[in-house]
Amino acid sequence: MKSPAVRVFLVWLALMLAGLVVVWNSRFTADMSFFLPSNPSAEQRALVGQLQDGSVSRLLMVSVGGGDPDQRAAVSRALRKALAADPDFLSVQNGEAGGLEGERDRLLAHRYALSPSVAPERFTEDGLRAAVTDTIDLLSSPAGMLLKPYLARDPTGEVLSILGQLNPGAQPQMRGGVWASRDGERAMMLLQTRVLGSDLDGQAVAIDKVRAGFEQARASTGSAALSMELSGPGQFALQARETIKHEAKRLSLISSIAIWLVLFWVYRSFKLLALGLIPVLSGTLAGIVMVSLVHGTVFGVTVGFGSALIGEAVDYAIYYFVQAGHQGVNQWRRVFWPTIRLGVMTTAIGFGALLFSGFPGLAQLGLYALSGVVTAALVTRFVLPSLTGPGLRVPAHEVWVRRWMALLGQAHRLRWAMVALAVAVSAFLWQQRDRIWDSNLSALSSVTAEEANADARMRSDLAAPDARYLVTVSAADQEAALQAAEKAGQRLDALVEQGVIGGYDSPARFLPSAQLQQQRLSSLPEPQALRERLQRALVDSPLSASKLEPFIGDTEAARVAGPMTRADLDGSALALAVDSLMTHGKDGRWTVMLPLRPAPGSPDAAIPTQPVEQALAGSGALFVDLKTEFEGLYSTYVEEAVELSLMGVLAIALLLAVSLRSVARLARVLFTLALTVGLVMVMLNLAGVRLHLLHLVGLLLIVAVGSNYALFLDHPGEGEPLDPATLLSMAVAVLTTVIGFGTLASSSVPVLQAVGITVGPGALLALILSAVLVYPKPGARPGKAAR
Amino acid sequence: MMRRIAVALLGLGLWTGAQAAYDIDQLMSDLATQKGGRARFVEKRHVALLDKPVQASGEMVFSPPDRLEKRTLLPRPETMVLDKDTLSLERDKRKFTIHLANRPEAQAFVESIRSTLAGNRKALEQDYALALEGENQRWVLTLVPKDEAILALLKRITVSGSRNQVRHIEYLQADGDRSEISIDPIEAQ
Repeated sequence: MKSPAVRVFLVWLALMLAGLVVVWNSRFTADMSFFLPSNPSAEQRALVGQLQDGSVSRLLMVSVGGGDPDQRAAVSRALRKALAADPDFLSVQNGEAGGLEGERDRLLAHRYALSPSVAPERFTEDGLRAAVTDTIDLLSSPAGMLLKPYLARDPTGEVLSILGQLNPGAQPQMRGGVWASRDGERAMMLLQTRVLGSDLDGQAVAIDKVRAGFEQARASTGSAALSMELSGPGQFALQARETIKHEAKRLSLISSIAIWLVLFWVYRSFKLLALGLIPVLSGTLAGIVMVSLVHGTVFGVTVGFGSALIGEAVDYAIYYFVQAGHQGVNQWRRVFWPTIRLGVMTTAIGFGALLFSGFPGLAQLGLYALSGVVTAALVTRFVLPSLTGPGLRVPAHEVWVRRWMALLGQAHRLRWAMVALAVAVSAFLWQQRDRIWDSNLSALSSVTAEEANADARMRSDLAAPDARYLVTVSAADQEAALQAAEKAGQRLDALVEQGVIGGYDSPARFLPSAQLQQQRLSSLPEPQALRERLQRALVDSPLSASKLEPFIGDTEAARVAGPMTRADLDGSALALAVDSLMTHGKDGRWTVMLPLRPAPGSPDAAIPTQPVEQALAGSGALFVDLKTEFEGLYSTYVEEAVELSLMGVLAIALLLAVSLRSVARLARVLFTLALTVGLVMVMLNLAGVRLHLLHLVGLLLIVAVGSNYALFLDHPGEGEPLDPATLLSMAVAVLTTVIGFGTLASSSVPVLQAVGITVGPGALLALILSAVLVYPKPGARPGKAAR
Repeated sequence: MMRRIAVALLGLGLWTGAQAAYDIDQLMSDLATQKGGRARFVEKRHVALLDKPVQASGEMVFSPPDRLEKRTLLPRPETMVLDKDTLSLERDKRKFTIHLANRPEAQAFVESIRSTLAGNRKALEQDYALALEGENQRWVLTLVPKDEAILALLKRITVSGSRNQVRHIEYLQADGDRSEISIDPIEAQ
């Protein structure tokens, strides 16, 4: 049998399945390009690149506490051994390898290509005499111990010259031969994962391996008293994802149960309860499909928060069941649908404004909510009636409705109070106008202060970089990029000399450009010439030239071997240093990062922007302060989002003006919505909350939901009295909305909490204010409801 | 030797006076009376590869119990400061700081001289086996590292002096190279 109902259902089902196919093939991402504007500046690109796959984003810090120092050291060693063998980790350091000293052989092999002191003058008779004398002098110093074994091969001291330019700064403490925290009470390790910091699943695998490795190390060394702490960008991102997942699950379970109880009380039917889900599910699916088709990738965040936004979609089913259940489907289509349609359109316009955002996250959120709400409404209008069939019956709940009706009839008495309230609200918001928005991005972060402190402590224990400042240069190929890095390095050297910065890292230290290497190697003399010069230079020296044949042999080998390449560093810590500072982008360009260290003792470990920019001017290198850049980016987003929302509200006002065709009615509806939003802002402000992006999204949602209430209550203004069905459906809708968002408000995830705390009270206020301000005074004639 | 005799005499109940023998405890308590001060030093380093020893000289300042400053003037100015458990080295405007807890070998090395100057037997015996010869006026204290890892670098340290004054230190490295420091107090207290 092919009844129209079945046909409609089959079409809906086919569309849903097609949607599922799209979703199945969608690329979901949790990466930081959520924050990358559509037209990023070079600084912003550097910022996101660094956050996304900079070496800092792959760091994991491990701290092992409890037990005694020997046990901690044993576990640290065992854990390092287990993880170092795992290709998922690029590097596993716990101080055992002795840092760069462990790379001495490789430094020794390539010393003439790497040493900044290698120049033609150094290999003249005078130069050799000076260099060898220096080295011999150094033999009498405690540092001479390092040098002595290589004296015959490296009498000019090139290895020390290379080591001398590396970060002489802080190294972690050592206890029992491995790194320890400052107080010595914890063993410390620093890991770098192979997967990018933005690859959360990969990070999850790596972190699980660390935990499993620790358990094993603890068991095998019999030190049950030890415990492990882990921190790092990947860990934070993962934890945020888990918390959001967990919270979303827990909260939606709580609110679903509560909402279902309410709905069951209203419907007294399991069938309707189940059918009520259909518009919501369709809307969610449609939202994801649209975002996937338009943007290519879907941000995980969008789905999470977008689902809350289409909480409005639940209301449509409620309106339909209650109103049509009381008055029949045809009556519903004729009388109620136009009002709902107008409400849907205002919502669509409100969120549609976000489509124009330069912030892709916000644009996706807008598209998701827009398509979700429209789809849910269409499904309610065209699919639900076929599915529910003709026998729709919903109890009237007359006792309650009569009570509410009585209250509604009295509501208009509060109108003057509302006007006074509006004045107070405006005055308060005007006075507080500088303290309404939060420009601090951390408001969006789910990292607790405790975790942030632990992270900072581990970072300082490990002397790990926080990479706030960097200089970046890019070029078409690796050689050009390295040359550019060397040029920028020369200018930075001057800043180090002046004490403006404490130092910097550069991949060109371990892999100089071929040009520079060639230049260095060409300053090495031929063996015979070198031999003769040494003989003349070292006549009076305690080190006689005849003992330096290994030196002559090495210089000749270096000359013949020519410049080293990146492949010569394979498998060493030096390769890691080069790779983490030099990236080959998707666009084929090579980008080099030179992280800067603040000068010792500078307040807040800050680097002054101007002198650095001045020093780099014209070199093509770019100075980026990630913190300032990030905050700037974020406040741009907030400003833009506020502007777009205002545009959206303007468009809503126009739409309402066209459909209501009455200045008085329009004014009342708009005044109600404005007062609701204002009141919510005042309440949040009084509660000490500074608003951020997600609060703004919440305010938009209040306008969307609230306009439905206002329009329903305005409806009687067209001459028909408010019927009990509308009142009941609105009461139920507001109750479910308050339950749904109220639970979100209890979340520990800042973004969820923000939407909840805004929309929960906002929806209730919207209904109350609409009742007071929009619902016509009993007995008043249409169009004359206002005084 | 004297000590063994002393012990033997003690065992026989025949020990009567404190004069004659000089033992490590006595040396240590003598050294501990040293209130610190400045001294000139000359350090000669004999390295197999070099035809002549390398010589450095300068001043040392010891402030008991745990600060020792060694200021080399020739051939190149260099300052080494050992303060509690940090060792800092300044040369050519460059400064390195080492936390001794991080480097047990360096710790053993510097502790040999500082603990001797301070007369801290307990600290010395953590890293070294001690042996004393001679008497109050001319004593020779030999320190042999206990740790294998340190023994692979340093064979022994010989400190000699007179009463509470250290006059000469010799480091004999495992590869046969050695280094001798002669100390000449400027203002003994």
